[in-house]
Amino acid sequence: MVSLSWYLFVGAVLFAISVIGIFLNRKNLIVLLMSIELMLLAVNTNFIAFSHFLGDLNGQVFVFFILTVAAAESAIGLAILVALFRNMNTINVDELDALKG
Amino acid sequence: MDTTAILFAVFSACTLVAALRVITARNPVHAVLYLVLSFFSAACLWMLLQAEFLAIALVLVYVGAVMVLFLFVVMMLDLHIDRSREGYWRHLPLAAVVGVAIALQLWLVLANGHWQFLQAPPSDPGHVGNTRALGILTFTEYLLPLQLAGAILLVAMVAAIALTLRRRADALRQSPGEQVRVRRADRVHMVSMPASAATPDAPPPAPAAPDAPPAKA
Repeated sequence: MVSLSWYLFVGAVLFAISVIGIFLNRKNLIVLLMSIELMLLAVNTNFIAFSHFLGDLNGQVFVFFILTVAAAESAIGLAILVALFRNMNTINVDELDALKG
Repeated sequence: MDTTAILFAVFSACTLVAALRVITARNPVHAVLYLVLSFFSAACLWMLLQAEFLAIALVLVYVGAVMVLFLFVVMMLDLHIDRSREGYWRHLPLAAVVGVAIALQLWLVLANGHWQFLQAPPSDPGHVGNTRALGILTFTEYLLPLQLAGAILLVAMVAAIALTLRRRADALRQSPGEQVRVRRADRVHMVSMPASAATPDAPPPAPAAPDAPPAKA
């Protein structure tokens, strides 16, 4: 029987991998979005593991809503990406400095 | 070592290796395909946790729709991989330190908390199936959040379409607002002309009266 700790371990390692991915791919906007999706996956795995081991379905409902918001987020993110590429002809993060932030 | 443990090991290894390949793949298309593999393995992990509905929803919604959207965008854009890869490993030490710190903290806090007794899930005698139980909960207690989630999806759809809708300057199209707003005076010009009192010695009238503006179509 796999205990709760192992699921939490997988979730933590997945989250850390996606954080490292954000550090490494700081120029590629698409891989940044993919890293965010992986982060949400890690969080959802933790939610479902706790929901299973506590016998409480509310955690799974929360995962349901996280999936909804994540789908909306990635759809809008990709739409912004396409609009950006049309206007600037690049999605290199270093070159997107029009706001001079 | 029972079957569940072996399956857990295989699925979690697949998830983590695929996630590593997502962040290190040179080609973004390969990265998206590894992301699909990662999500699929994670769905299998969720299936081990008896969250069948969410596992299937993850495969259908994420692998079926969002990942295909990613793949579509990646293939549509002309990316310069080499330029975005320069200085790739420069921040690896910092990234590794931060990542290991986050993983350690998460694992220390979550896995060594006061729920150490949770070695096995509580058994529920009146088990009605995950999808049915989730549906009952969603459509009774969480009805308002469900409607809000639907509204969020609608707003996201409208926003995505509005962001990527391109208006071409040379396209010919009707403007219904302008057509409705038009008045009679914009289209028809009444020209008052004298009744036919033509004298025989008068010159014949010009084929097009110069002072009458041509009626707009």
